[in-house]
Amino acid sequence: MEALLEQIFNGVSLGSILLIVALGLSFSFGQMGVINMAHGELIMIGAYTPYFLQSESGWFDGGAAGTAFVVALPLGFLAAGLVGVAMERTLLRRMVGRPLDTLLVTFGVSLILQQAARDTFGAPNVDVVSPTWLTGRWELLGVVMPHRRLFIIALVMLAVAALSAFLATRPEGRRMRAVMQNRDLAEVSGLSTRRVDRTTFFLGSALAGLAGVAVSLVGSVGSQVGTGYIVDAFLVVIVGGLGKLRGAIVGALALGLLNAFSEFWTSASIGKAVVFVAVIAFLQFRPNGLVSFRTRGLVA
Amino acid sequence: MTAPTTSSGDIDAGIPPESPAARDARWGRPRTPMSLLGPRGASPWVGRLVFVAAVVLLFAGPELIADPTRLRQWAEYLCYAMIAVGVDLAWGYGGMLVLGQGVFFGLGAYAMGMHLSLEQTGPGQLPQFMSLYSDYSELPLLWRPFEHLWFAAAAAVVVPVLVAAALGWLVFRRRIRGPYFAILTQATALVFWLLLVGQLQLTAGTNGLTNFSEIFGRSKYEPGTNEFLYYLAAGGLLVVVVLASQLVRSRYGRLLIATRDGEDRVRFLGYDPAVTKTVAFAVAAGMAGLAGALVAPIIGIVAPNQFAVLPSIIMIVWVAVGGRGTIIGALLGALAVSYLKTRVSETRPDDWQYFQGLLFVVVIAYVPGGLVGVARGSWLRGRRLLGSRGQRGDVSPPRPTRGTTEVTA
Repeated sequence: MEALLEQIFNGVSLGSILLIVALGLSFSFGQMGVINMAHGELIMIGAYTPYFLQSESGWFDGGAAGTAFVVALPLGFLAAGLVGVAMERTLLRRMVGRPLDTLLVTFGVSLILQQAARDTFGAPNVDVVSPTWLTGRWELLGVVMPHRRLFIIALVMLAVAALSAFLATRPEGRRMRAVMQNRDLAEVSGLSTRRVDRTTFFLGSALAGLAGVAVSLVGSVGSQVGTGYIVDAFLVVIVGGLGKLRGAIVGALALGLLNAFSEFWTSASIGKAVVFVAVIAFLQFRPNGLVSFRTRGLVA
Repeated sequence: MTAPTTSSGDIDAGIPPESPAARDARWGRPRTPMSLLGPRGASPWVGRLVFVAAVVLLFAGPELIADPTRLRQWAEYLCYAMIAVGVDLAWGYGGMLVLGQGVFFGLGAYAMGMHLSLEQTGPGQLPQFMSLYSDYSELPLLWRPFEHLWFAAAAAVVVPVLVAAALGWLVFRRRIRGPYFAILTQATALVFWLLLVGQLQLTAGTNGLTNFSEIFGRSKYEPGTNEFLYYLAAGGLLVVVVLASQLVRSRYGRLLIATRDGEDRVRFLGYDPAVTKTVAFAVAAGMAGLAGALVAPIIGIVAPNQFAVLPSIIMIVWVAVGGRGTIIGALLGALAVSYLKTRVSETRPDDWQYFQGLLFVVVIAYVPGGLVGVARGSWLRGRRLLGSRGQRGDVSPPRPTRGTTEVTA
């Protein structure tokens, strides 16, 4: 029973990270047809931000690691967002409607960013100092819940709530939804779809940066830190459906739990294979994912 | 190709018809299928002569390359070219972006690697790593048939074909395509890598299978072994190239290209695109499996990192650089990029990653036709230039090459 609850906690913890990573992917793909393979490296940028503030900048010397981490949250958000926008403006703009090519181009970008990170911060992994107020743990019904993991779950919940409020109420958010649902109609209604695209891409990339700051708490940071999450996050997008908050949430939780349980019952390597087989099986019933815009049209 | 944001596909009543050219411009589709871009006016004998010359050059390799290390490397590149031809069949001709070819390459390589390990240890013996990592007292069932070379060689091709056919059928039947398919194949590469690393009592984990001192009954150090392996690879490549070029010229090849350019239309015409695509995917997997079987004795080690996510994507670079949708492009791209990789990493290993990333960005964003596209473009331009200069007043419009506009519409 305790083991079961523990796996549920692990699953939710993993699922929340997958969720915030998958949201950016899902939006940029759903709205612009861009498959961003460099998303993992935006996570990496976010993850290196607290390390940079704590160890390289020298601004937070003398036991201010916690402050540095708090500062890193908005800074990582911003940094990843700006890199994303730069990428969108220079490269992706040129490849509207060629999703497979965007996949390959962004993969090239991800190789360059990874090597750049190795050249800047060195090849070995580095560690981020957790703030002292996150080092404790709670025990509930025998399940050990480290504060760090709880913090990540809370952060993701906050981010998702803010995002859904943004999409529902702010004019920019409503424009995003409009373009996502029907680009042509939005364009003839007078929206500047290019500007909306930029907002979307900024938000998606920035969320990846925020995810990066969060995952720097639970593991060491290296140039490969993002690649570990990216394939799973793409599976979340496939399972959840495109560009829908609801689908991403359900998909991320489902995959997080499935990962946790199958790895618990089998082993880390077989567990992943079980998840993959489950995804293929799921797609036999819902090829479009859990939530889909499409009600008619040729793509089944 | 999925157009994720439009309300529907090709037939939407009530929307005024858009000209094919405008549609292409809006979606940024390649105006002409790469495979049909080239000038085909020349006599077929030119092509045949070039082919014969290339085959002679291919088999003259050991005469031209004296250094045994280099010869081995070229044999390795030839195996990569086999994979590239398969990737091109699936991606260039079939429009399926395969990001998991490393799986099939790896299945082939492990099949042969298992045989070579057993050949080295001798009958009835356990491979060395097994006594370290496992408590098997006798050879596990999975390994036993690989004592026979014929079984290993057959399995290296048949297993990838079956895996690809099963996966392809399940996925294409449900019309999962474009990026979704690409991501799923990438996930297979990740799963495969994890399995290889995790099941170390069967696969030797990250270290992989190595120390093949006996290769098909001859010693690794015996003179002539390098040449023998090179000729095997060259022969394999020849088979693969002939098979692929016959396939794309056949009726099936036309159907495959048609499926790439307008899957729904093909379906309306009464064909089942799922079958067409599954066949291409399976054939590509078989080619990768063959390449794996041949590469195992050449490089002498079969380890999971050779078949992970990154190497699988590099197989796409080969084809993109050479020119997708042309067999010769895929082949040359694999040879050129692999050669370049060896050269750059020998001198400046850290820079290869930058170089590779830039190669991706520049080729896909700016030169989608690859080397072959550039060559054809400049040839056409040159001919036009020469023609107008030579005979003034008789500037005939450039002859439309076969199927330039009809196919994409």
